Amino acid sequence: MRSDRPSLGLRLAAWGGLLFLHFPILIIGLYAFNTETAGFSFPPKGLTLHWFGVAFARHDVLQAISLSLQVAALATLIALLLGTLAAAALWRRDFFGKESVSLLLILPIALPGIVTGLALLSAFKRFGIEPGILTIVIGHATFCVVIVYNNVIARFRRTQYSLIEASMDLGADGWQTFRYIVLPNLGSALLAGGMLAFALSFDEIIVTTFTAGHERTLPLWLLNQLSRPRDVPITNVVALLVMLVTMLPILAAYYLTRGGDEVAGGDK
Amino acid sequence: MATPVTAQPREQAGPVRRFADLLYRKPTLYLSLLLIPPLLWFGVIYLGSLLGLLWQSFYTFDDFSMTVTPTLTLDNLRALFQPANFDIILRTLSMAVAVSVASALLAFPIAFYMALHTSGRTKAFFYIAVMLPMWASYIVKAYAWTLLLAQGGVAQWFIDQLGLRFLLESLLAIPGVGGSTLSTSHLGRFLVFVYIWLPFMILPIQAALERLPRSLLQASADLGARPAQTLRLVILPLAIPGIAAGSIFTFCLTLGDFIVPLLVGPPGFFIGNMVYAQQGSIGNLPMAAAFTLVPIVLVALYLSVVKRLGAFDAL
Amino acid sequence: MSVAVQFTEVSRLYGQVRAVDQLTLDIRDGEFFSLLGPSGSGKTTCLRLIAGFEQPSSGSIRIQGVEAAGLPPYRRDVNTVFQDYALFPHMKVLDNVAYGLKVKGVAKAERLARAREALSLVALDGFAERRPSQLSGGQRQRVALARALVNRPRVLLLDEPLGALDLKLREQMQGELKKLQRQLGITFVFVTHDQGEALSMSDRVAVFNQGRLEQLDTPRNLYLQPATPFVAEFVGTSNVIRGELARQLCGSTQPFSIRPEHARLAGSEPASAEELQISGQLQDIQYLGAATRFELRLDNGQNFTVSQPNTHWSLDAPPVLPGQRVSARWPRAAMVPLREAP
Repeated sequence: MRSDRPSLGLRLAAWGGLLFLHFPILIIGLYAFNTETAGFSFPPKGLTLHWFGVAFARHDVLQAISLSLQVAALATLIALLLGTLAAAALWRRDFFGKESVSLLLILPIALPGIVTGLALLSAFKRFGIEPGILTIVIGHATFCVVIVYNNVIARFRRTQYSLIEASMDLGADGWQTFRYIVLPNLGSALLAGGMLAFALSFDEIIVTTFTAGHERTLPLWLLNQLSRPRDVPITNVVALLVMLVTMLPILAAYYLTRGGDEVAGGDK
Repeated sequence: MATPVTAQPREQAGPVRRFADLLYRKPTLYLSLLLIPPLLWFGVIYLGSLLGLLWQSFYTFDDFSMTVTPTLTLDNLRALFQPANFDIILRTLSMAVAVSVASALLAFPIAFYMALHTSGRTKAFFYIAVMLPMWASYIVKAYAWTLLLAQGGVAQWFIDQLGLRFLLESLLAIPGVGGSTLSTSHLGRFLVFVYIWLPFMILPIQAALERLPRSLLQASADLGARPAQTLRLVILPLAIPGIAAGSIFTFCLTLGDFIVPLLVGPPGFFIGNMVYAQQGSIGNLPMAAAFTLVPIVLVALYLSVVKRLGAFDAL
Repeated sequence: MSVAVQFTEVSRLYGQVRAVDQLTLDIRDGEFFSLLGPSGSGKTTCLRLIAGFEQPSSGSIRIQGVEAAGLPPYRRDVNTVFQDYALFPHMKVLDNVAYGLKVKGVAKAERLARAREALSLVALDGFAERRPSQLSGGQRQRVALARALVNRPRVLLLDEPLGALDLKLREQMQGELKKLQRQLGITFVFVTHDQGEALSMSDRVAVFNQGRLEQLDTPRNLYLQPATPFVAEFVGTSNVIRGELARQLCGSTQPFSIRPEHARLAGSEPASAEELQISGQLQDIQYLGAATRFELRLDNGQNFTVSQPNTHWSLDAPPVLPGQRVSARWPRAAMVPLREAP
């Protein structure tokens, strides 16, 4: 029951805002099926699935996809490990420098990507590390850790500490408690954090431009492509693909971390 | 269960259990084992790189031999204030401010509607509908706008259909805002920035308004305030931390961006482009490092200001 | 009788705060032992010290004669029923109960059989396959009990286990817990802030205040012979007379306690030599059914309560009205001398 209905203007602004946010995404969806080989004319003259076949037959596209998948998978793995360790260390503990640790984790996201990118690049150069997949992964993992950390620490905070005490009380040592109690409770948070980290890594471009060397991830391939008008249809198809790879994990992560009543044991 | 109580046989202590015992007895060791891997990564690799970069900004770059020597100098920092470089900084900064203000104006009604006029499924729908474009690929969103703004593209088609061509042309004629076409104008670049960072503004404002008790609005109305007064005197002050939190994203992300300026808008570097160009084609890493100081300092200043507005509590 | 848990000069400090202060006490094997006190009195810390969730800052705790300092919880032959039950939300009831046996390496068939046995002990036979979230508060409480008992601990620790239940259920569970304890012969250490609960269930009760043990005794002795003003007032209601008033009445400033039901409102007849008398203004009359309480305001401003049983069944009006001056009397023998807390 609402006493004051929103004014027409407010409703228009809200729904109009949503339309504004989604319109360019819809355009990407539409143009991937465009029959035209060049130009951006609107409305499209016709629709076709032809370009999907062409795009997935292109060696450079497949290579970029494969590289991006490898990088995202490795960066996610490192982020899961480091993010979980950091969350476990900071949960329910108070020690000197705790604030600095959490600040340090956020720094790669808080500072502009150019700073992180250039800093890593200059360090790689100094130590004679050739830019390549390893350097890309290091860059990505650095800013993915905080995503996992945030998800895991949020779940930790929602977990009753008495569950861990109960497990120890019943005879389980630290390792058994981790395996049987902590890990199952973290499960969906890890999955959600991992997927967000994967999406973030898959899409990252600013840090990557500095750390990639001659390697070309999918976003870098796209950026390079934008100056080449003749491959427009293929670019459109790849754009749609990247869009989906980044959007779908968000939906899944949302449903995995929603609510959380299922992890609360007691009735208080 | 009523069996006589006997002492349980002490189980064989395997190495795993003995290690668990050790960690239990030495909480500091346990904490160190947890913290060392992330600290090595962040404290050594990341922080080390950052400090190394800052140090580099004091190195000397020789223009003739195109080489870097580790002779310490303040020339790079001084060079930031040369008119050409200072222009870049001002251009970036003013865009970041403009984008933040516009995002706040656009985001507020959406966040307001989400927080106060939706519930249940509609609220979840709005939440996802803002989350999705926020996380959708950055580079593809930027690309989408090059399609939208292109000559003969979607935007122009709509403008033509509505018969507003003259309006667009007069807008593009304004110096400092316009440009020769939509996709090479300041206006176009501004639009893209606002679009890309808008969701980052909506969600914190929505979260701040969500915490606002409805009874407060009723109390305000009950005490005789007109809706506009309630908005100005009750809702807006409570939304400020949310706006400040959102502006951290819009301001900082715009400040460090160099892909959007590359794709849309008139020629003229942003800080990011300058950093990229200095380290890449020119090879002047010290100057690039000096340029990265600008967003670092501006971001630090900005954070210290919005912290007072309660932005960190609304993150 | 052997000692189940022995505290010797145990202190637990949090910074400057002494949560437990120089505690020495023995809990005997097979008794129902309660730790009673207001919140923050140190009773829960005591329990956590026995369980091993906390380590003493100084002193020694022996469980079944074995020094427990430094032993992790999983190496102690005690189990806990938690205040919030702490049931594992991702396991069904049967797996919750079997957990302790599982981590000790008991074979699956045996541990499930024993878990079912424990569930039937707490009358939850049909609930093995449910999730904790599908149970009511009372049922969760029983699962928590079964999960602890299945390990056949020497000592069972119960941390305000009935606090979250409504009154009727709580009274029912009190009876069941007591029955279970007798049946199993396990030492129960029961933490509560509810003095009625402690008195009705326990063999002995330790009363805590500000980290210190005030008194350790049977419920009957605790009630009839409180040692300190705190115990007199925390366990049941009491009139504590101290200072000048005490000197006027019995010639010494040592405080004493008189239970409201041991005093009565006096008529005009003179007091006998065995009785003491005090007078004041009647403030309030509370009709409680089985008894009536009279609240007096003494001349020194202190309140004094008299409780008289309503033994008669006719509808007589009370003999006095609020505002009147009345006297209260009690036998000297009913007075309990108290020692002031140090």
